[in-house]
Amino acid sequence: MADTKDMTAPASTGRAWENDAVLTVEHLTMRFGGLTAVNDLSFNVGRGDITALIGPNGAGKTTVFNCVTGFYKPTEGRITMRHGKVSNDFIERVTDTGERYRVEGNAGVYLLERMPDFTISDKAKVARTFQNIRLFAGMTVLENLLVAQHNRLMVASNFTFGGLLGLPGYRKARQASMEKAIYWMERVNLLDRADDPAGDLPYGAQRRLEIARSMCTDPHLLCLDEPAAGLNPRESAELNDLLQFIRREHGTSILLIEHDMGVVMEISDHVVVLDYGEKISDGDAEAVRNDPKVIAAYLGVDDEEEIEEILEEDAEIAKAHARGEEVSDDVVMPEKAKAKSKAKPKAKKAAPAKARSEPVPAAAGATPAPAMAGGLNAPRDGKGDNLTRIKGIGPINEKKLNAHGIFHFDQIAAWKAADVKQAEDYLAFDGRIKREEWVKQAKTLAKGGDTDFSKRVDKGAVPSSRSGKGKGGSK
Amino acid sequence: MSSNDTQPADVNHPEGAQIKREERLAAPNLPADDPANSYAAAIKDAAIAALLAGVLGFFFLAIRTDIAPGGLEVTTRWALWIISMIVVFGGRLAISLFFRGGKAKGAGNKVVSAVAVPGLGTWLGRILFAFAVILPFFFVYFFPGRDRQFIDLAILIMTYIMLGWGLNIVVGLAGLLDLGYVAFYAVGAYSFALLATHFDFIGFWIALPLAGILAAFWGMILGFPVLRLRGDYLAIVTLAFGEIIRVVLLNWYEFTGGPDGVSGIPKPTLFGLEFTRGEGGFADFFGLEYDSIQRFIFLYYIIFILAIATNLITMRLRKMPIGRAWEALREDEIACRSLGINTTNTKLTAFSTGAMFGGLAGSFFATRQGFISPESFTFLESAIILAIVVLGGLGSQIGVVIASIVMIGGIELLRNLDFLQAIFGSNFDPTQYRMLIFGLAMVLIMVWKPRGLISSRNPSAIYKEKKAIGADMVAQGEGH
Repeated sequence: MADTKDMTAPASTGRAWENDAVLTVEHLTMRFGGLTAVNDLSFNVGRGDITALIGPNGAGKTTVFNCVTGFYKPTEGRITMRHGKVSNDFIERVTDTGERYRVEGNAGVYLLERMPDFTISDKAKVARTFQNIRLFAGMTVLENLLVAQHNRLMVASNFTFGGLLGLPGYRKARQASMEKAIYWMERVNLLDRADDPAGDLPYGAQRRLEIARSMCTDPHLLCLDEPAAGLNPRESAELNDLLQFIRREHGTSILLIEHDMGVVMEISDHVVVLDYGEKISDGDAEAVRNDPKVIAAYLGVDDEEEIEEILEEDAEIAKAHARGEEVSDDVVMPEKAKAKSKAKPKAKKAAPAKARSEPVPAAAGATPAPAMAGGLNAPRDGKGDNLTRIKGIGPINEKKLNAHGIFHFDQIAAWKAADVKQAEDYLAFDGRIKREEWVKQAKTLAKGGDTDFSKRVDKGAVPSSRSGKGKGGSK
Repeated sequence: MSSNDTQPADVNHPEGAQIKREERLAAPNLPADDPANSYAAAIKDAAIAALLAGVLGFFFLAIRTDIAPGGLEVTTRWALWIISMIVVFGGRLAISLFFRGGKAKGAGNKVVSAVAVPGLGTWLGRILFAFAVILPFFFVYFFPGRDRQFIDLAILIMTYIMLGWGLNIVVGLAGLLDLGYVAFYAVGAYSFALLATHFDFIGFWIALPLAGILAAFWGMILGFPVLRLRGDYLAIVTLAFGEIIRVVLLNWYEFTGGPDGVSGIPKPTLFGLEFTRGEGGFADFFGLEYDSIQRFIFLYYIIFILAIATNLITMRLRKMPIGRAWEALREDEIACRSLGINTTNTKLTAFSTGAMFGGLAGSFFATRQGFISPESFTFLESAIILAIVVLGGLGSQIGVVIASIVMIGGIELLRNLDFLQAIFGSNFDPTQYRMLIFGLAMVLIMVWKPRGLISSRNPSAIYKEKKAIGADMVAQGEGH
C-alpha cells in the first residue's frame, strides 16, 4: 500500500526525509541484557519536517529517543546528525576516522552514538523534552529559560571569570539571553508568570515551558516525547500551533513521539511506526494511516474479523487509488475501530465464509507466513478456540497464530519440538513457549479442562480476545 | 477533575461546590483579618491546658507524702504546682501563637508573604551587617571587662559563618550533600601552617591564596570519585574522605607532626606591622597605647572581610550561569544534561569553590590559633557546619548567619548557665546539660521549621516582580 503510493508519487514533491535528511538512523539496535528493545531500525528525519514516531506501548519509541539524545549508548548502529548540506562521502569519512563530529565550513556531521549526552545538545544541536516533564520546579519560568542558555553565557562570561569582574561582553550576552527568554515566554503565553516557580504552573503550561526551554538551546532538531500527553483538546490545538510556528519561523525539524492520533495526523509530514522494536511502516501520514500492519499493531484490533474487514476496506481504498479517485479521509482510525465494534454481530456471521474463501495468513501476515504443521485454512466449526486462555498468548499473538492456521487448543497440544521452534522463530519468542508450557496448557484445555490462568481469563480478570465471561469465550 | 477526586460530595451540586471552593480560598485570610479572635482562642486553649496540668499535677506536685515517725506526713508545695501551671499556660500559648500564626501566614495570600519574607531578610541582613562592622568597638566600649572574650567569640562565630557559606555552595546550591567538608578546612589550615613554618618568607597574606588554591584542588580530587554517586552513597563517600584526610594528618608524622600538630604559626601582619609591644609594632607606629585587644580586633576584621567576600562572591555566582547551573543541577540533573550542561564540570566547580572558601577559613583558623593538630578537624566539625547550613535553610545566606549565631553563640552561652542553679538547686551543674539543652533546642527548631529558619528561595533573575519561592517547590538535591 505504502509502496504503491511511493511509486506513484512524483519525485518533485520533495520528500525531505528522502532527499534532505537532518537526522539519519541506520541499523539502530539497542539491547538491555537479553531484551532487544530496538532491532535494526533505520529511518530518516527530513529537514524542516515534523516527523512522528508512533507505536503501541513498549514498542521502543522512547528507547530510540534516548539513543538519539545520547542518554543510552546504542548497542549497534549509526545515528548521524547533519548541519547544512552534507554528502554521504563526508559522513563516511568522519565515520572512518573515528571522530565524534567534524565541521567543514557550513557543513557539519555529528555521529550522535559516539557523543556524550550534553555535547549532543551543545554541539549537534539536538534538544529534547521528557515524557514525564522535567522542569526545574524550584526555579522561576525565567530562570528555567536562562539555564537553557548556559553554554552561550558561560563562553560570554569567560567561564565565570570575566562575568565576576563585570566585563561588558558578559553584560551584553546576559541582556541577549533575557530577550530570548522573554521572546519564548511570549510565544508560549507565560510572560505574566515569568517570576513564578515552574512547579506552580498548570500541567499544560509546564509542557509548553519545557518546549520553550529546549528551544532556548537553538536546536536544529527538537525531539518531543509525548508533548500532547495529558493535554485537553484546546491545549492540544495550541500545541499544534506552537509546533507549526517553531517549524515555520525557526526552521527547526521536529521529531515527536505521540499517542494522540489527532495531533499526529494533523501536523506530521512523515510518520514512522514501530512495533516490538522494529519499523513496521514509514511514510506520510496518509500512507501510514491506511497501512494494515499499522492498524493491526497499533490499534490492537481484537478479532480476526476486524482485520478482515479493515483489509477489505483497504483493498477498496487501494482500488480507488488505483482508479485515481479521491477517497474521503475524514474517517480517522479510532473512529474506524469504533464503527467496527458496533458492526461486530454481523461480521461474526460472515466471518467463516470469508475466512475460508480468503485464507487469513496471506492477508494479515506482513510477509506470507509459512504454514505451520497442522495448520488449517479456517477454524473448524467456523470458530477457533480462545487461544488467549493459554498463559503467554495475548490477543496479538493469537492473531499471529491464527494467521498460521492455528485456531484450536488441540493443534498446539500436538506441537512437536520442531513446531515449537518454528513458532518461536516467528513470534520472536526465545524459549518462551517452552518455558510457559504452552503445549501442556493446550493439552489440558483441549480436553475441556481448566488451568489456573484460563480460569482467570474466563472470570474476565485478564484481558482476552473474547469479551464476556465464562467458558463461552472458547466457543 | 481534581475537585471530583478530593471532594466527591461536590459532584452533585456544582453550584455548591463553586461556593465551597471560593470559601476555601477565602478561608486562610480569615484569621489574619481577625487577629483578636485567634488570640482569644489561643488564650482559652492555653487555659485549658494549664487546668489539665493542674489536675494531673495536683497529686504529684502540690501534695507530697513522706514517711514520718508514726505514719505518713503530708507536705504541700503550692508554689511548685502553680509555677508548673503557669509554665504550661505560657508554653501552650507560645506554641499555638507561633504555629497557628505561621500556618495562617503560609496559607494566606501568596504575594503578601512572598514580599514580606525577602523584605525581612534584607532588613535583617543590613542590621546584622552594620552591627558586625562596629562589633569590636561596641564590645570594647560597653563591656570593657569581657571584651576579649566576646570578640573572641565573635571571631569564632564569623569563622563558622564563612564555613557555612562555603558549604552552602555545595549543599545548598548544588545539592550535593558533603559530610566531609572539614577536610578542606584542614587542608587550608595545614597548607598555611606547613608553608609558613618551612619557608620564612611566606606570611599569612601570601599563604592565604595558596591555601585557597590547594583546598580547591583537593575539592576537585574529592569531586572525581563522587561524580557518579547519588544520595546516601555520596554522603558516605564524602564522610570517608573527610576522615581519610584527618587520619593521614595524624599518621604522617614526618610531614605533619602527627598528633603533635604544628606550632609556631606566624600571626598575620598589617602591611608588615606586627601586633607586638614595643618598637615597630602596630601601636608604636600609630602612636597608640599597646593593648592585646588590638590583635583580636584585627583578627576579627580579617575574618569579617573574608566572610563578606565569600558572601559577595557567592551571591554574584548565583546570578551567573555557573551558579544557575548549580541550582539547576540540584533540581534535575537529567534535564541539565539534556540542555547541554556539562554536569561533571558543574559539580567539580561547586566542590572546588566550596572547598576554596573552606581552605581560606582554615588558614585563618591556623593563624588565629597559632597551633593546629588533627584534633581540630574531627567529624564533629563537619557535622556542626552542616547543621548550620541545614538549620539556616539550604541555600539561604542570611539563614547561615542566624544559625551560626544560634549554634556557636548558643553553645558558648550555655557554658555560663549559673542562673539555672537558682531554679534547680546548687547541686545542678549546668555545663553537664549543655549539649542536651543544645540538642533539644535544635530538635525544636527543626520541628518548627523543617526546612530551616529561612527556607524560601530568592530567584536569581527577575523579570518584573521578585517573588520568593516556597520551600515545597525547591528540590534538596542528592543525599537528603
